[in-house]
Amino acid sequence: MAEFALPANSKIGKGTSWPVKSGGKNVRKFNIYRWNPDDGKTPQVDTYEVDLDECGPMVLDALIKIKNEVDQTLTFRRSCREGICGSCAMNIDGTNTLACTKFIDDVKEEVNIYPLPHMKVVKDLVPDLNNAYAQLASVEPWLKSKTPPPPDKERLQTPEDRRKLDGLYECILCFSCATSCPSYWWNSERYLGPAVLLQAYRWLVDSRDEATGERLDNLEDPFRLYRCHTIMNCSKTCPKGLNPAKAIAEIKKMMVARQG
Amino acid sequence: MSLKTPLGPVRGLGSARSGTRHWWMQRVTAVALLPLTLWFVFSVISHAGAEYGEMAIWLATPFNAILMLLLIAATFHHLQLGLQVVVEDYIHGEAAKVAVMLVIKLASVALAVAAAFAVLKVAFTA
Repeated sequence: MAEFALPANSKIGKGTSWPVKSGGKNVRKFNIYRWNPDDGKTPQVDTYEVDLDECGPMVLDALIKIKNEVDQTLTFRRSCREGICGSCAMNIDGTNTLACTKFIDDVKEEVNIYPLPHMKVVKDLVPDLNNAYAQLASVEPWLKSKTPPPPDKERLQTPEDRRKLDGLYECILCFSCATSCPSYWWNSERYLGPAVLLQAYRWLVDSRDEATGERLDNLEDPFRLYRCHTIMNCSKTCPKGLNPAKAIAEIKKMMVARQG
Repeated sequence: MSLKTPLGPVRGLGSARSGTRHWWMQRVTAVALLPLTLWFVFSVISHAGAEYGEMAIWLATPFNAILMLLLIAATFHHLQLGLQVVVEDYIHGEAAKVAVMLVIKLASVALAVAAAFAVLKVAFTA
């Protein structure tokens, strides 16, 4: 039946406060979700004060500053710090986005930072993405073609066909969209979610791919594809400005088109 | 604890190869319901305060009886399609899911038949 009770670790307590040491003028509070699988405690929100005059402009700058100078146990993923690796996706000020491309100044007053919603937490701001990555693997996101490649050149594509991949190839797989989607929250074990469906569509419209029919077969499922109810949180939250909801709508149109 | 790989459960029982018809029929019935519902609401309002006999004569005309039957068919078809989605979204226990789905499907058919019977009875006896 429907679940009404909250699962374990859903109650979040108040954690430690870390005031700024020197009396800075431009001090901002960062409230950050903390959970350690090893200490047996429920999650808590720690408050860190950061002097913005001593800190870079992005939320990731503040996180790195906190980890370097205040609390080394703070755990988060980051790599490229320029919005291309997708590692630092988290929920900042109520919206899933990349910490490295989110300006601190875009948040009014205190900055609340939580891990991506409704995913198992590994530690602090690090979500478990194993299921999401397996779902990506399940749509086989690579070129599939019966025709062997030409021996002397690459597989060609007209500029017009290439343009069909614009708005799709830019996805960095940060899973901000999937974890903002209520349908994905309730059925993530069976619904593929917007990130993976956008990737699936990227191969469905690739003019060089010859497996379109098999790809559609694999997606045609009440849960894998049709859990999308056009809620549009995915397109609203995408830190790269992409439109996964439109990609999913296009897949649904392809499903109807092949019916005859 | 599970020793399965993450990919195993995702591939699971495979794709159902269905869902398109359900999704498409939900749109088709929605399109059909738009004019039918407008017609129904307008008709009811324009008969506000009418006697039973007056309503019965109105319903007995072939045009109105047929539109009413179409409204009933579209409404209950749309209803059970939509409720099925709600159940699939929110109810995760297999037994509860099957039980609720059975109630929805059977009740939709029963209510549609009862409503159609009422229309036909009035239409053929008025």
